[in-house]
Amino acid sequence: MIGVETIFDYAVTTTLGVLCLSFLVTIYRIVKGPTLPDRILGLDMLVLIAIGFIAVIGIKTGYALYVDVAIALGLVGFLATVAFARFVLSRGKTEDDILTEAREAASTARREAKLRARPSGGNPGSAPHPGAGQTGGETNP
Amino acid sequence: MTEIVTLISAGLLLIGSAFTLVASIGLLRLPDVYTRMHAASKAGTMGSCLMLIALAIHSADFGTMSRALAGVVFILLTAPVSSHLLAKAAYTVGYRLHASSVRDEMAPQDKQ
Repeated sequence: MIGVETIFDYAVTTTLGVLCLSFLVTIYRIVKGPTLPDRILGLDMLVLIAIGFIAVIGIKTGYALYVDVAIALGLVGFLATVAFARFVLSRGKTEDDILTEAREAASTARREAKLRARPSGGNPGSAPHPGAGQTGGETNP
Repeated sequence: MTEIVTLISAGLLLIGSAFTLVASIGLLRLPDVYTRMHAASKAGTMGSCLMLIALAIHSADFGTMSRALAGVVFILLTAPVSSHLLAKAAYTVGYRLHASSVRDEMAPQDKQ
């Protein structure tokens, strides 16, 4: 019979490993993220993962002071996201964003053309409308 | 009794980390910023709240428990607000939905 403490230690170690993995995946999205809102969203997610890290470390070491650190980090993350949202609103769309969107629409259209060229490839019911991404002009006021 | 609390805390830690991993995989795999927001804002909030609840019930101390639960309430209040604000800013500026989106409720009515 394995002791309860051993099970708990294994659970804490597994949690730390899984949190590390999700941290790395989120950092990949921040580095790759095509637009600025993607990166801000990754930053928000990073704050949530860091709060989870602090909670696990607080359980592992037994210091109750880590809870205050987690609350303060949550406050800072919320304010940072709100400020970044205001910045996105006031900055508007840049040329870089328009280029990125055009590139993504082109790659989607290419993938769809490849899918259609293949005989009986994919199901036609769920195929998105071709060129829905690049019709219409800029709606930027 | 202490063993049961420890086991519940371990289970909450594992479930919370699984939610966080699902949220980050959604952040990696979903096509545009609005669907990514859907993954990160809901599953990520759930993950970190579960881990804070695990800390609360592991620490058998009223002060620590109340502060951890206050942190949970704080995260539950602020995460939807910040995500909604970011989505509204991105939509107002004009970041488009992915081509496979089927419905856009906020589109101008005369364009349909």
